[in-house]
Amino acid sequence: MPQEHRLILKHADQPGYTPDMECYLRHGGYDALKKVLALAPRDLPDGKKMSPQEQIREDVKASGLRGRGGAGFSAGIKWSLVDRKSGKPIYLICNADESEPGTFKDRQIIHKDPHQLIEGMILSCWANDVKLAYLYIRGEMPQGAKLLNKALDEARAKNFLGKNILGSGYDLEIYVHRGAGAYICGEETGLIESLEGKRAYPRIKPPYFPAVLGLYMCPTIVNNVETLCHVKHIVNMGPGEYAKLGTPNNTGTRIVSLSGDVKRPGYFEIEVGKVTLGELINDPAFGGGLRDGRTLKAVIPGGSSSKILKAGETFKLNRKGPDGQMAKVDVSLLDLPYDFDSLMAAGTMSGSGAIIVLDDTRDIVATLANLAEFYAHESCGQCTPCREGALWMSKALHRMTHGEGRKADADYLLHIAQNIQGRTICAFGEAAAWPVLSFVKKFKEDFEAKGAADEAKAATTKH
Amino acid sequence: MNFAVPANLEAQLDELVTHYPQKRSASLMLLHALQEHFGYISRDAVEWTARKLGLQPISVYELVTFYPMFRQEPLGKTHIKVCRTLSCALAGSGELRTHFCQKLGLDAHKHAAQTTPDGKFTVEFVECLADCGNAPVVLLNEDLLPKVTPAQADEIVAKGNSK
Repeated sequence: MPQEHRLILKHADQPGYTPDMECYLRHGGYDALKKVLALAPRDLPDGKKMSPQEQIREDVKASGLRGRGGAGFSAGIKWSLVDRKSGKPIYLICNADESEPGTFKDRQIIHKDPHQLIEGMILSCWANDVKLAYLYIRGEMPQGAKLLNKALDEARAKNFLGKNILGSGYDLEIYVHRGAGAYICGEETGLIESLEGKRAYPRIKPPYFPAVLGLYMCPTIVNNVETLCHVKHIVNMGPGEYAKLGTPNNTGTRIVSLSGDVKRPGYFEIEVGKVTLGELINDPAFGGGLRDGRTLKAVIPGGSSSKILKAGETFKLNRKGPDGQMAKVDVSLLDLPYDFDSLMAAGTMSGSGAIIVLDDTRDIVATLANLAEFYAHESCGQCTPCREGALWMSKALHRMTHGEGRKADADYLLHIAQNIQGRTICAFGEAAAWPVLSFVKKFKEDFEAKGAADEAKAATTKH
Repeated sequence: MNFAVPANLEAQLDELVTHYPQKRSASLMLLHALQEHFGYISRDAVEWTARKLGLQPISVYELVTFYPMFRQEPLGKTHIKVCRTLSCALAGSGELRTHFCQKLGLDAHKHAAQTTPDGKFTVEFVECLADCGNAPVVLLNEDLLPKVTPAQADEIVAKGNSK
């Protein structure tokens, strides 16, 4: 029986669990911080010593933790890329700009267990010699910002933050910074620009890799809310125990946000790769299936930017056979394990862990029109292919949903999308192009039929 | 000039500026605070912020025009933000927004934010509010309301009218 495995959300929905300090402390809160502050340097075989901070950095790498924000990049490697020799301060920013359509997991943590996030941040800052960190939260989460400010005040009062934390000699300050409604701030270099008080225009990489030239041109770590929370559990459990959760190369748990056409939309924390897409949608422990009488049309598996998967599709996945050899095996859509690598092998991504389910009553053209309007609205406007292309796609789709489609629109949309991806400063170009490319390729007959019908109608009304 | 920032608010803003090694970083936080106090960001507010942070006014004004949450004109006392994006749209947020517009005598075909002539309500379509499991959602001033029905929409309107 597939089931949830709650690590991050272990306490969040328990009756009586409140977001204040006293409750968090009663549940073992800030024990991980006390544990790391008591760590001694470790003797290495070559006679050198490994600092406690370096030990935690190694532990995060060994845990296999991958970023929960969207890209799924190794958190330990991200930390290891930080320029520690520049002599400049190192900054850490928590990306709490949760705004990928379909995603509502960080909200749960911020609202129900803010101290877990703050402890994860303090641990991560300590491990990376960070003295000043920011919590960049979406402007549309005013209550979340208030809760976090209150929690930070409580942490300062207990000396988990501030000068000489718990007598360790370590100083750290964390401040809440509010965004103001721009999706592009979720992109880490856009976020940094925004934190510097500018328009959130993403920076070009190279040279502006945050690990080297981030906030104020200093080395900077940007991690997602959920990712930072995992650091606390890696410290508590040890990397070996942590890595037993989930599957190889896809360790730990992650919170899946499920919405759209299911009976029981909601958030579910699972061991990564231990539950399939089909179970998430259909099992009573998760989505509970589609509404009665409906059948599955498609699944957007990892936030609105991920490529759509069509009901009935099968994919070639590497699987270990009985003889221990890796072999390509056919796996159907609903049997896809929900993890980073399987979804990548299926030509899409698990992204921010947000699944949007579409049933057979949905008009696929209208669905794409909705998403295209989002990307047209949210393009920052810096790169021409994205600024213009996202708008053209949205306008074409608006036409198609208002009775003025053309048969050639399907190819027109593909043409625009292909000329956006790979031609922009940041990955927003791909995020805007991928839904269009995948929707139109996989449902081309729907797009062409709509266009042909509108053309036929226009021809008869003209005469 | 009528524009005056009360001393206690200015003290709060001065404290905010200390959170950053570079003053310019405080721009968004200052604009949020001024918008909260005055209801919108006026030209005077832009110039005041620029002076406070040692910037040219254009460096602040370009933020007001870039970030959708900042307003250059007063809003209704009851600010209704209906989520437009996919999961909410699948759950009927388009119809919900139309319902609000019809109830309040606003043009449902207009996409941009609209304020009723009496200044009581602003209705607006916004992009994903990150609570898709509770679609359709509405951000009512600072409160996020889950699974909003037309009946609840009527209550929101009745309550806003009695304010």
